[in-house]
Amino acid sequence: MTPVLPDPDALCAELVRQLQPRVTADTALVGIHTGGVWLAERLHAALGIELPLGLLDISFYRDDFDKAGLHPQIKPTQIPFEVGGRHIVLVDDVLYTGRTVRGAMNELFDYGRPASISLAVLIDRGGRELPVAAQFVGARLDVPPGRMLVLERDENGKLRLKLDA
Amino acid sequence: MRNPQLNDKGELQHLLSIEGLPREMLTHILDTATSFVGVTAREVKKVPLLRGKSVFNLFFEPSTRTRTTFEIAAKRLSADVINLNIAVSSHTKGETLLDTVDNLSAMHADMFVVRHAQSGAPHLIASHVASHLHVVNAGDGRHAHPTQGLLDLYTIRHYKKDFTRLSVAIVGDVLHSRVARSLIHALTVMGTPDLRVIGPMTLIPAGAEKLGVRVYYDLQQGLRDVDVVVMLRLQSERMRGALLPSAQEFFKYYGLTPEKLALAKPDAIVMHPGPMNRGVEIDSAVADGAQAVILPQVTFGIAVRMAVMSILAGN
Repeated sequence: MTPVLPDPDALCAELVRQLQPRVTADTALVGIHTGGVWLAERLHAALGIELPLGLLDISFYRDDFDKAGLHPQIKPTQIPFEVGGRHIVLVDDVLYTGRTVRGAMNELFDYGRPASISLAVLIDRGGRELPVAAQFVGARLDVPPGRMLVLERDENGKLRLKLDA
Repeated sequence: MRNPQLNDKGELQHLLSIEGLPREMLTHILDTATSFVGVTAREVKKVPLLRGKSVFNLFFEPSTRTRTTFEIAAKRLSADVINLNIAVSSHTKGETLLDTVDNLSAMHADMFVVRHAQSGAPHLIASHVASHLHVVNAGDGRHAHPTQGLLDLYTIRHYKKDFTRLSVAIVGDVLHSRVARSLIHALTVMGTPDLRVIGPMTLIPAGAEKLGVRVYYDLQQGLRDVDVVVMLRLQSERMRGALLPSAQEFFKYYGLTPEKLALAKPDAIVMHPGPMNRGVEIDSAVADGAQAVILPQVTFGIAVRMAVMSILAGN
């Protein structure tokens, strides 16, 4: 049975609504490559955040390096602001096992000691393997284990959720 | 026959030579190195990729820069590093190369970084060790110095972007240079259309043209309109071997001075693998000049070695 996939634009608007009251001068957004970056770019513009957008590729912090090796396409991490003392909102497309978020937090701490880290995701699909929770959630969705739920972007910049078999 | 550097899935298991590696693999190493350049610029210059792994630096031949940059690279990947200068230890007590390697494997080594005066020594070790171990050639005889070739490639890409429209001149003792050999292979794979080697007849290997390079015995002619000048180190023992009359005479004809560099393109970069002999192959005014990228080469070398070690360890 295939669940009905929601429209990313509507979920994005929902995230903006949830995040808006929390934004201060010390709030910084950090998108996790690749889907999280697309989402974070939109949130960053919609929320009018002053600090530049951070981009994170967690390939050097994955916990399955011994099994899977190095990811074939690594994009440089760019954190163009001081992490120390900042309230950081990590942004990702889909929250599943929680392992990516753990890697992202480890990497962020190598840049400094943030005042806080919270998590915003388009979809929480359950299936957590670590004690990780998102504070800002576009939608919760039951996805059968083993199926891949990913965010895609076409050449016009239109976002779309896709469920692989 | 299978390339001895690759595992049965076609992935890089050892790095022994650039020869035979496809362009995509070289590009992947350079792209990965770009991400590691960012790591070395932050407050915590370490990533946890090789945590719990042991890297043995096996240097059968003295080297300061290469050994140090491999050590820093491994430490920034969170590996434990053990440095062995075998020139002054068990080797002199009569232990064979493979006995040394077996003993270190029994100490649960995960990776060997090997520098040896004999061409082929890293191949021998790679074909001997268990399949979970990785070997990186850090320079073997006159054969190869692949991480130097890769860091040269990285440096050229950093400053010149596109290999397919470049003229590159490699100047000096090409005959004895594993650096030159590795760089020629690397630039050929990347599609560099104009590769030149420049040096006295006694220091250019016979049949160099077969490697796809153009040979010049005259520095002025060879430097004309090049984008990149790679100077090679002239080893002092060459003077004793009757290949050259004197360092002074070498400098007169093949030393890179500002006047000679002016024949290259105005934005040409000058590289040198180090250590430099000022006043022999390169004039101080060039070595310290605006076109020299010799120190950035060293910095990039760390990121490139981090990329190589992490790719090998993950395969």
